[in-house]
Amino acid sequence: MKSRHSKWLSMPFLAWSILFILIPLFMIFYYGFVDKSGQFTTENILSIMKPEHLKALGLSILLSMIATIICLILAYPLSMILSRLGVNQNSFIVLIFILPMWMNFLLRTLAWQTLLEKTGVINSILSFLHLPALNIINTPYAIILGMVYNFLPFMVLPIYNSLIKLDKDVINAARDLGANGVQTFIKVIFPLTLPGVISGITMVFIPALTTFVISNLLGGSKILLIGNVIEQEFTHASNWNLGSGLSLIMMIFIIISMGASTIFDKNGEAGLI
Amino acid sequence: MANKLIDLLGITKSYNNNIVLDDFNLYIRENEFLTLLGPSGCGKTTTLRIIGGFEQPDSGKVMLDGRDITNVPPNKRQLNTVFQKYALFTHMTIAENIAFGLKLKNKSKTYIDDKIKYALKLVNLDGYGNRKPDSLSGGQQQRIAIARAIVNEPKILLLDEPLGALDLKLRQDMQYELIRLKNELGITFIYVTHDQEEALTMSDTIVVMNQGYIQQIGTPEDIYNEPQNAFVADFIGDSNLIDAVMIEDRLVSFLNAKWNCVDENFGVNKPVDVVIRPEDVVLCKPEDGTISGEVTHVIFKGVHYEMEVMAGNFEWLVHSTLMHPVGEKVGITVDPFNIQIMNKPESEDEEVAYIEE
Repeated sequence: MKSRHSKWLSMPFLAWSILFILIPLFMIFYYGFVDKSGQFTTENILSIMKPEHLKALGLSILLSMIATIICLILAYPLSMILSRLGVNQNSFIVLIFILPMWMNFLLRTLAWQTLLEKTGVINSILSFLHLPALNIINTPYAIILGMVYNFLPFMVLPIYNSLIKLDKDVINAARDLGANGVQTFIKVIFPLTLPGVISGITMVFIPALTTFVISNLLGGSKILLIGNVIEQEFTHASNWNLGSGLSLIMMIFIIISMGASTIFDKNGEAGLI
Repeated sequence: MANKLIDLLGITKSYNNNIVLDDFNLYIRENEFLTLLGPSGCGKTTTLRIIGGFEQPDSGKVMLDGRDITNVPPNKRQLNTVFQKYALFTHMTIAENIAFGLKLKNKSKTYIDDKIKYALKLVNLDGYGNRKPDSLSGGQQQRIAIARAIVNEPKILLLDEPLGALDLKLRQDMQYELIRLKNELGITFIYVTHDQEEALTMSDTIVVMNQGYIQQIGTPEDIYNEPQNAFVADFIGDSNLIDAVMIEDRLVSFLNAKWNCVDENFGVNKPVDVVIRPEDVVLCKPEDGTISGEVTHVIFKGVHYEMEVMAGNFEWLVHSTLMHPVGEKVGITVDPFNIQIMNKPESEDEEVAYIEE
């Protein structure tokens, strides 16, 4: 009885998945493995080995990793502070923290562009104060800044969640058995919140790896990440086959990082993906 | 008598202007199984957490073996705690859990391995070392929590309602196990519970607490047979608690009748509380009773019948192996020795003075 009911209930989602997930995915596969005349080829996939594509992929991975590490360094202590606050205070502060996420992603990134421009808000203030100008727009630094700014909440939330779920008495038990503050953190608190950390890393690393909006707006046209390359193949070069081939490569990277996160998150505690 | 191992001196603690403990004094002797017993919010857990070092008293001192440890952090105190919800480290194996404290003390590997083996044997969980806590039942996890604490050879083991989450049968088994452990290890146990039966079964000394004050300290027999006030009588076991007037020495009046008792020195015509345990109420023929009434309820409880008798406008709770059917007219007598007279508290949270032992 129960299973038949749930089968019917799942129909709308099943239809949705087939129409908008499976079919598009199949089409990407199809385009990725044929050339413009429809003949089977592995050229699109192998074009990742071209130096300009490898460079874009390498830069993407590097910048995403740096952004992820910065997010982690910022998010963990912040989450610890948040998790220790009383309920009233903490929901208010979490709200303040989440508030920017309710604004449009594009708008927030455009705002950074305006702030960072050579004659932008920050430099106007700096020159008014007779301080040296900040020239990071159109550099990888600006891209990292954009990534950290946009994706930080995705690191904070899973870590914060795993920290508040941690039984206070587990920490007390570690102290009770002779661990000082640092030992308690290293041996108990951090390992027990690792699922949250892994979840946060995945949730920052994957969108950072595939972004093209942040690199477009803050990196100018000079710095190409793999996301920009794919985007340009679809829009400017109209080479859907090459774009699909490179997308499939990206998918492999994403599957690998998701796979790594499920290995660590055996209990499904973080469960945000 | 053995010396004072823990001495709490004038401990006061409040949360958000809500006083939990007010000038609380208590000492615990070496090798004692002491239970802090009381309803939730009576301050028993706070007392334990102050001894463990997880809470700081607002004022007062905690002495361990004559040394002031009030400001010593938990990791520097020679005592270990067994937490209510076990608080095992779920990311470690059972063996790693038990080894946690020993590794921090830089003990040798052979010493640690021996200790793990010994501790697992002690709690009857031989061979569970490589399993993860999640794969164990609640009772097994609790025993691991105890093993993890005792391998550190603490002077005192603090137990915070450790059996609260277990079912009845398991709880009774664990009570015997705890008594056995205490006797084998020869360490002091401080045990917190709201379950009076648990307290009566295991303790050498029971401290009954209410609203941050000690109501009575004594052996389980003292507490049960000679409750010092209405709160203790009501909290420990079933009881008939009746308003009374002490007419003179050895004579008390309640429910419009005069009863012989054995208490003296309460004064003349003084209002008091009387407590009579249900098993001490004797039912007889109506004309032989000090007062008489009618049986209103009968329940079979296994060992005895539990009956309610309406007599003298009071609903008596009676335990007896002899059944009297509902509607039967009965008389009630009580052996003078079984009438416990108590002073009425002057205020609700009046502190009862210490008892000389």
